[in-house]
Amino acid sequence: MSAAALVPAAPAGRRRASRRGVLPGFGLTMGLTLFWLSAIVLLPLAALIAKSTGLGPSGFARVLGDPRVLAALRVSFGVSLAAACINAVFGVLVAWVLTRYDFPGRRLLDAAVDLPFAIPTAVAGIALASIYAPNGWIGGLVAPFGAKIAFTPWGILIALVAVGLPFVVRTVQPVIAESDREAEEASATLGASRLRTFRRVLLPPLIPAILTGFALSLARCVGEYGSVIFIAGNLPYVSEILPLLIVVKLEEYDYAGATGLAAIMLAISFGMLLVINLIQAWTRRRTGDA
Amino acid sequence: MPIRLTRRALDHLLAIAAFALIAMVTLAAHAQTALLNVSYDPTRELYKDINQAFAADWKARTGQAVTVRMSHGGSGKQARSVIDGLDASVVTLALAADIDEIASATKKIPADWQARLPNNASPYTSTIVFVVRKGNPKAVKDWNDLARPDVSVITPNPKTSGGARWNYLAAWGYALETKGGDAKAARDFLTAIFRNVPVLDTGARGSTVTFAQRGLGDVLVAWENEAFLTLEEFGADKYEIVTPSVSILAEPPVSLVDGNVDARGTRKAAQAYLDFLYTQAAQKIIARHYYRPFKPEAADKADLDRLPKIRLFTLASVFGDWTKAQSVHFSDGGEFDRIQQAVAKR
Amino acid sequence: MHEPAPPPPAPDSVLSEPLAVRVALTALAVLFLGLFVLLPLVVVFTEALRPGLAAVRDALADEDAMAAIRLTLLVAAISVPLNAVFGVAAAWAVAKFEFPGKSLLVTLIDLPFSVSPVVSGLVFVLLFGAQGLFGPWLRAHDVEIIFAVPGIVLATVFVTLPFVARELIPLMQEQGMADEEAALTLGAGGLRVFLTVTLPNIRWALLYGVLLCNARAMGEFGAVSVVSGHIRGLTNTMPLHVEILYNEYQFAAAFAVASLLALLALVTLAAKSILEWRYADELNGSRRH
Repeated sequence: MSAAALVPAAPAGRRRASRRGVLPGFGLTMGLTLFWLSAIVLLPLAALIAKSTGLGPSGFARVLGDPRVLAALRVSFGVSLAAACINAVFGVLVAWVLTRYDFPGRRLLDAAVDLPFAIPTAVAGIALASIYAPNGWIGGLVAPFGAKIAFTPWGILIALVAVGLPFVVRTVQPVIAESDREAEEASATLGASRLRTFRRVLLPPLIPAILTGFALSLARCVGEYGSVIFIAGNLPYVSEILPLLIVVKLEEYDYAGATGLAAIMLAISFGMLLVINLIQAWTRRRTGDA
Repeated sequence: MPIRLTRRALDHLLAIAAFALIAMVTLAAHAQTALLNVSYDPTRELYKDINQAFAADWKARTGQAVTVRMSHGGSGKQARSVIDGLDASVVTLALAADIDEIASATKKIPADWQARLPNNASPYTSTIVFVVRKGNPKAVKDWNDLARPDVSVITPNPKTSGGARWNYLAAWGYALETKGGDAKAARDFLTAIFRNVPVLDTGARGSTVTFAQRGLGDVLVAWENEAFLTLEEFGADKYEIVTPSVSILAEPPVSLVDGNVDARGTRKAAQAYLDFLYTQAAQKIIARHYYRPFKPEAADKADLDRLPKIRLFTLASVFGDWTKAQSVHFSDGGEFDRIQQAVAKR
Repeated sequence: MHEPAPPPPAPDSVLSEPLAVRVALTALAVLFLGLFVLLPLVVVFTEALRPGLAAVRDALADEDAMAAIRLTLLVAAISVPLNAVFGVAAAWAVAKFEFPGKSLLVTLIDLPFSVSPVVSGLVFVLLFGAQGLFGPWLRAHDVEIIFAVPGIVLATVFVTLPFVARELIPLMQEQGMADEEAALTLGAGGLRVFLTVTLPNIRWALLYGVLLCNARAMGEFGAVSVVSGHIRGLTNTMPLHVEILYNEYQFAAAFAVASLLALLALVTLAAKSILEWRYADELNGSRRH
């Protein structure tokens, strides 16, 4: 996808879109966009919010005060946060290796990064569970030491790392590709060590992209369902994720509770995306001024 | 320029979209001529055979062709789908509470639905037994052993699985009987069992996969028919069935969804389908799939002999009815939630 | 991502790490990708092929599997063009014009990325389910949406909505509008400008967006699962059919269908990589231009 696309466009040296009126088609395309967005995204989400308001403030308080909901929030956010952190580190590493080094199979590896986007989440979940189960390829390796991966929060972590990885790699990759070699050279000439050059010269311009990738990966992980339920133990208070709790509430015919939880998740997603956009606006302004 | 995405290409895209739309409409129209049986998870193999037999029977009697389509899933989820508009002609679910819920939420089924067919509308019954690994290395013999700290137990989540509710109620009934009829003792007993559960799958089939395919747990608490199927599918040389001293008589009921069949004009065929479940032919198939037939005399003796003799108590004798069992045990903040809290606290 | 991976610079002692570090970092990256991305793929294929090719063929030739494949292709064939048209329109509006509330609009376009699949299915049930807002009206007019193909299409469209738009917006922003303005000055009409100037400029990005959108449309599980009703042979898509087979203990068949899905994903990614590689120069040209 185009997580890459979410990278703040490099300062376009050319005329930016500034005024309306020169090009035609604003009314048509804007109308089409708003119509489609309203029909597909806004209307359904409005229905969700309308339904959840049936709960009332006290209902929301009750949902949020439920220790099981709190535990699921902790699991969902805790593990997603950990996964996003791992992805931020390893995503940058993968992006760096893929853009800076040449080795056999590089192109193949580059294409493989997108796999988690394209493979159905349920398939990924089943495959991961069979690898990391106590009798699986890797689960079997650690089982003799009493370590368990699948069916514990570690299993959730693995599924989420796989799901969120492309977001960081695809966001950071183009920025590394466009990074300024001259500054690097200058730093090296001035006697800085390679590590120091990386920390002082290379890393700072990457930070907005890394943050964007991190936030995208986090937003995606919090909502992930298909791949997680196959590998998590789904134990309440231990390895039960928020989307599963919504499903459980639905099974209890508790529509109000389920939509309440869904609305809370929606608000969180929206908030995180807004933060991403703020980061982008901030960088665009910075690079634009430079 | 190798590929030109021009106006012609756009025309093609539009043509494809139009074609797809037409195909979609025909598909929807086509669906109306068939019956839809919305069922729970473990009946997949059973209804595959029943549907074939029914189609042949219906053809012989009326000369008409009928297809019975199947939808399977967790009992509660399936009931919810019907409530939300899934066009079921008949529902064949794991427990009466789910059909009650459809009846009260949609009014598509009359409240007295369970009186319309023999045996509380249950053409077959089943019970809950244990599956252990070959040789029974942990010596699991009865419900008591599930509470032992060295035994790891696999059962699905009672919140999402009908079968798991029967598991839970069977254990509760056992505890009431052996621990002096005290709800607190029963709660403590179930807390001890659920402390031994490492994975709570959302459905019965998921639990079987966890136990058999992933190798987790020492004992799987399962539907009797699922237990036998596990031996069939995963190898009788690897697993064996243990029957507890007492268990619950599980009655999975069936019902017509009157509102839907009347709208589609398929009442006659749908009613015939349910009646067919009680015929000799169907009862024989039922026994072959390890369910306990309503009319054992219709089944092959060899099939019946495979099922162990277990003392069974009914839901009514211990818990009153499903409405009560549901609200006391499985509602938000009910007994099961309290047990989970106690388990989490340790 | 439409960024073609440029040929890496020749190793240079000052501008690169020592060989040992390079090897170590590369090995770590390969290991990481292998563990989380490639190994699951390998499992899918080995499990599918374990009983032999004939079993795979049988699993795919099964009537219900064929129905699932047809439905999946149908759903993709409807939702991908719709989202492609939307994506182009949205990108045109966002990239070529300034208007208040632009960030909000872009955030809304992004939203389906981060909405839990469970929720994206649920919202359509709340709208079109029998107990939903439009339920009674739909019932009265005998229109089926939920638990039928339209519902599956809607859920898929929701989930894949951002892909094309998100691919095009930054590219079109970067390209600016000098080309279009020039064409206008020369007297071309709006549609003609779009077809002859804009479309050639964005066609690769558009194609990438469409390919990824397609891969996601065919693979969506969670949201579709909520609105499908799971009617065998009628409303089962391929990912749902994988789950059904898995629940029937037909693991080899489940992995066979899964590997077909994975294969489709691989072909998509391969097509994308080949295009990137083959037209890297042209792409660079158009970007730099």
